[in-house]
Amino acid sequence: MKSIIAQDLVKTYDKGTVKALDGLSLEVEEGTVLGLLGPNGAGKTTTVRVLATLLTPDSGSATVAGIDVLKHPDEVRKVIGLSGQYAALDETLTGWDNLTMFGRLYHLNSAASKKRAEELLEKFSLTDAAKRPIRTYSGGMRRRLDLAASLIVKPKVLFLDEPTTGLDPRGRMEMWGVIDELVKGGVTLLLTTQYLEEADHLADSIAVIDTGKVIARGTADELKNQVGGERLEITVEVDQIAEATRLVEQVAGTTPTVDAGIRKISAPVSNGSASLIQVLRLLDDAKIHPLDIGLKRPSLDDVFISLTGHVAEVVTEEVVGGKNASKRK
Amino acid sequence: MLQSVSDFLVITKRQLLQMIRIPEVLIFATIQPAMFVLLFRYVFGGAIDSGVDGGYVQLLMPGIFVQTVAFTLAATAVGLAADMQKGLIDRFRSLPISRSAVVIGRTVGDTLQNVVTLVVMGLVGFLVGWRPSSGPVKIFLGFLFLLAFGYSMSWIGVLIGLSVREERVAQNLVFMTVFPLTFLSNAFAPTTGMPKILQYFAEWNPVSTMVAACRELFGTENIFGATANSWPSQNPILMSLIYMVLLVAIFAPISVRKYVRVSK
Repeated sequence: MKSIIAQDLVKTYDKGTVKALDGLSLEVEEGTVLGLLGPNGAGKTTTVRVLATLLTPDSGSATVAGIDVLKHPDEVRKVIGLSGQYAALDETLTGWDNLTMFGRLYHLNSAASKKRAEELLEKFSLTDAAKRPIRTYSGGMRRRLDLAASLIVKPKVLFLDEPTTGLDPRGRMEMWGVIDELVKGGVTLLLTTQYLEEADHLADSIAVIDTGKVIARGTADELKNQVGGERLEITVEVDQIAEATRLVEQVAGTTPTVDAGIRKISAPVSNGSASLIQVLRLLDDAKIHPLDIGLKRPSLDDVFISLTGHVAEVVTEEVVGGKNASKRK
Repeated sequence: MLQSVSDFLVITKRQLLQMIRIPEVLIFATIQPAMFVLLFRYVFGGAIDSGVDGGYVQLLMPGIFVQTVAFTLAATAVGLAADMQKGLIDRFRSLPISRSAVVIGRTVGDTLQNVVTLVVMGLVGFLVGWRPSSGPVKIFLGFLFLLAFGYSMSWIGVLIGLSVREERVAQNLVFMTVFPLTFLSNAFAPTTGMPKILQYFAEWNPVSTMVAACRELFGTENIFGATANSWPSQNPILMSLIYMVLLVAIFAPISVRKYVRVSK
């Protein structure tokens, strides 16, 4: 069964001049994780906002857990959890205050909301910080509490909008652990991210979106295959480049790409390990000893560039500088 | 229906909790009007010949009360803009709660804060010579009137807060509008000194009718108004009631609508 279906969603701003969503369609199978991958401004957040009933699209339709988002938003709200890009909590209140408040707003009674708050604080290792105001929390703690708040009624469908943006590597690893746990629990999850490795790690399948449309989808492996199979890469001394290139061409059957700067020769190969052995033999016969040799599968970065024609991410905000430093190559 | 009531009470409770968690906010919110009482009492009090029994402070207190509750608009606008900015409104909107709960909860919460502020101001006023002389029932009615006025102003604040979406913008915007409104009135000085056109404005200004109404309810002759013998200055209580009903009738539906459609 499909837990999330979006069909031809269109959303424009500024009287149609800015297209946030341009006919976006996607489906998420129940109990699976879809990673919505795209650069800033691709329409990830807009998609989540439409599916979470916060925004009405200009056209198109969507169902969440079988409920029509546009016709019965109130019913949808009962079965979803949303954790946004910015931890949406009352900073002046304590973690405990926040969770019990949201519990009451999900119409749990007083006792039940307290019990649930306790469980969630425990589960997200926040029990010690329960009585402290949120403003004293670290970024990672805020995100965890924000996520906890979206899990109060055990949602059928969970939306996480860039759950790790702005976190330091440690916070990110913690968050991944928490999300892994959730996924094991069987929730249907739609996760947006601009981190290719995050989608790779957390999602069962990935939809790549750019300028308001899904431009490719599949598992991480399928997407990688779409770009091409394995590549043979060898690095040799400068004076051996010409000879080595000739040998690689002989095996690969196509003209290799040569990056003289880093003395690297690479070429797509169909039968990976066999080609590797063959090239090694030829090199050995020619008395060329490669400095490095190997088979490389395309990364999601390669996928992204080949699909969109641009690099995955251009983030300029100062506040998230830390994450760029830690994540971008 | 019952569910909606409990929803908005949760939101109101949130605000009361905020007061407990950061008492500084309430303390500053109270110190400021108390300071105004002292400043006006001793700076203008000596200069303005009030001509009423008990001196200027009798005229001043209703003026300062009304000014303070008029600023509920600011509290509401700034509070909601902050929630908007932090994405909290988004979260509320993704919850299965009634569409008016958040804004009603906010306006009620801000009104409850006014209760605390008014009590403190009343006590400070009493210390510096304010003696309402109309008897307990009318005095109580006077305070009720003030709370009701604050509540209706709060609904304008909802619309502003949800529209500007940024705390600082909200702050500047409301201070730029509410301050002139409270000064272009009979709150602190006679309107007779103003240019004619401003006098008319001051006569019809809801702040003036509220101040005049409160002076009446607290038992002080309103010698700062009534220069043009206009209808609002002669029927301040009725006129103020009309203003309040109008404010809520206009701004409550618009604000709720805004909340339902607001998108960041």
